[in-house]
Amino acid sequence: MGGVLAVLEQREGSLKSVSHETLTAARALADQLGTNMEALVVGPPGVDVSSAGVFGADSVAVVSSEDLALYQPSACAAAAVDRVKSQEHQVVLLAATAMGKDLAPRIAARIDCPLAVDVTTLESNDGKINVTRPVYSGKASYTVAIDALPCVISLRPNAFTAVERAGSANVEELAAPAVDERVKTVVVKEPETARLDVAEAGIVVSGGRGLKEPDNFKLLEELADAIGGCAVGASRAVVDAGWRSHADQVGQTGKTVSPQLYFAIGISGAIQHLAGMQTSKVIVAINKDRDAPIFKVADYGIVGDLFEVVPRLTEEVRKLRKG
Amino acid sequence: MKIAVCVKRVPDTEARVRVGADGKSADEEGVRFVINPYDEFAVEEALQLKENFGSGEVVVIAMGSASSQETIRHALAMGADRGVLLETGSLGVDPVSAGKVLVTELQDGGYDLILFGKMAIDDYNHAVGPIVAELMDLPCVSAIAHLEIKDGKGTAEREVEGGVEVVEFALPAVLTADKGLNEPRYPALRGIMLAKKKPFEVKPVELSSTGLMVTAMALPPARPEGRIVGEGADAVPALIDALRTEAKVL
Ligand SMILES: Cc1cc2nc3c(=O)[nH]c(=O)nc-3n(C[C@H](O)[C@H](O)[C@H](O)COP(=O)(O)OP(=O)(O)OC[C@H]3O[C@@H](n4cnc5c(N)ncnc54)[C@H](O)[C@@H]3O)c2cc1C
Ligand SMILES: Nc1ncnc2c1ncn2[C@@H]1O[C@H](COP(=O)(O)O)[C@@H](O)[C@H]1O
Repeated sequence: MGGVLAVLEQREGSLKSVSHETLTAARALADQLGTNMEALVVGPPGVDVSSAGVFGADSVAVVSSEDLALYQPSACAAAAVDRVKSQEHQVVLLAATAMGKDLAPRIAARIDCPLAVDVTTLESNDGKINVTRPVYSGKASYTVAIDALPCVISLRPNAFTAVERAGSANVEELAAPAVDERVKTVVVKEPETARLDVAEAGIVVSGGRGLKEPDNFKLLEELADAIGGCAVGASRAVVDAGWRSHADQVGQTGKTVSPQLYFAIGISGAIQHLAGMQTSKVIVAINKDRDAPIFKVADYGIVGDLFEVVPRLTEEVRKLRKG
Repeated sequence: MKIAVCVKRVPDTEARVRVGADGKSADEEGVRFVINPYDEFAVEEALQLKENFGSGEVVVIAMGSASSQETIRHALAMGADRGVLLETGSLGVDPVSAGKVLVTELQDGGYDLILFGKMAIDDYNHAVGPIVAELMDLPCVSAIAHLEIKDGKGTAEREVEGGVEVVEFALPAVLTADKGLNEPRYPALRGIMLAKKKPFEVKPVELSSTGLMVTAMALPPARPEGRIVGEGADAVPALIDALRTEAKVL
């Protein structure tokens, strides 16, 4: 019987850290099912796949070609489906990233099998797989039983903690499928700032209309720089006003984030904003209105003028980082 | 340019979600329903494409209960030409089954473009568009925030972590719309009046059974009661202390 296939992502020649989460979840599921776990890496030649074994893969299948330096959906889907068929894999796991959200449905459609998206817990008993997944923008969750295999499951980033184990995996090189001539990713435009993406960062500093003017976002940029490893997010109000880019919007029609630490600064906490960030581990709110709804979900709050509080916070963090 | 747009009826984003009596679905009592916000971007894009090309047809397709008529009417009032309701009592949660039914309606339509929202804000599947594309063997670009079409070819941009992918594709194709693609128009009174006379078909459909079953629906655990650490800039040291020693996240 085949096992669990973890479809991984690479960036600039190494596996992305979100793929370590996928591997860890896949390892745990394979152990529960009493089966093996294989990783699949599709990309350009020369990707370092050694961490796949460290995070639990028994084997790694590598599909590489110069044509696959960028994400090419058709070739990735074909590579995954070929592997599922040839190895009779029972479960395909991927991360629910921009790539995973695009790829998971394609694989499920080609295999004609159940698909569960963006899951936050995963376990198997008696050959059935049970998952929970947020629905209604995080306002509720479903427990879903999957009783037909194979199946495809995508995992919400940051919901599973990557765990290393001592291990290494055999690497097998496979032939690369052709890229569909009808649809091709031709380039990836880099953002103007080198800052992390809000959906990936461990700490997110977000601002809203309370900042008054677009230029004042530099207060948040400074705080983010002082803390380090931060992304700067925004409420929809300031994105719609053109102060910040769509890519930075957190909430129901923006990104869903679950960082270790989320700062909501000058953000009132509308239900659509909360939907995108209420699964953050720790939430800090800074708002001059004591009754702002954001304080209902915040672990720690400061009532006050952000123009006084934020510079002081930046200053104290800088001291801390030096000291 | 012949364009199909698939639209779904979903609870308003303001709506509080409650668990229904069966313990595994949402209680719809008193909830206001709207067209899925991402589908509104798709409808708007279809209308703009038709306007720019000077001719064509925009067909709006919704699958769901009879109430989904309102959702189609909204799109017709925005300016779409005709509507098709694929009527079914229960939608289930499996996007592959949903996609298969939509394909039966779409496959002989001769569409140059089939547009979807990137996801429905109720089930959050983010899946039906690419599934339909795969089942129909059409090129597909998902979650696009920018689109240009010229001479039977398109270029779309989609946001990914830390960048924007630029994708070129040939028509016919399937696209799914993200926020940022356009600003949807509000239906004008005239549009609402006209919509009442536009062609509208209802076809009964049935979704195939699947290997997915919702066994329970739950509300997220309430976040533990937080606290205000203080007022103004003087509260900053207390905040930092809490983040370091209590929460251990800084
Ligand atoms: C279909 C739909 C989808 C939506 N999707 C999203 C989404 O994805 N994300 C999202 O964020 N919103 C979304 N919204 C919008 C949402 O309803 C709110 O309008 C928006 O979140 C408000 O943004 P805000 O908190 O920045 O602004 P406001 O609500 O205006 O809040 C500003 C806050 O700043 C505080 N403030 C002002 N001055 C200061 C100061 N000097 N110091 C400290 N605090 C100060 C105020 O007390 C206030 O609480 C959506 C709405 C709809 C209808
Ligand atoms: N019942 C439905 N009727 C019509 N279109 C749908 C339906 N369900 C999903 N869609 C379309 O598929 C998109 C993605 O939905 P989902 O995969 O459920 O998140 C939606 O934005 C709609 O465009």
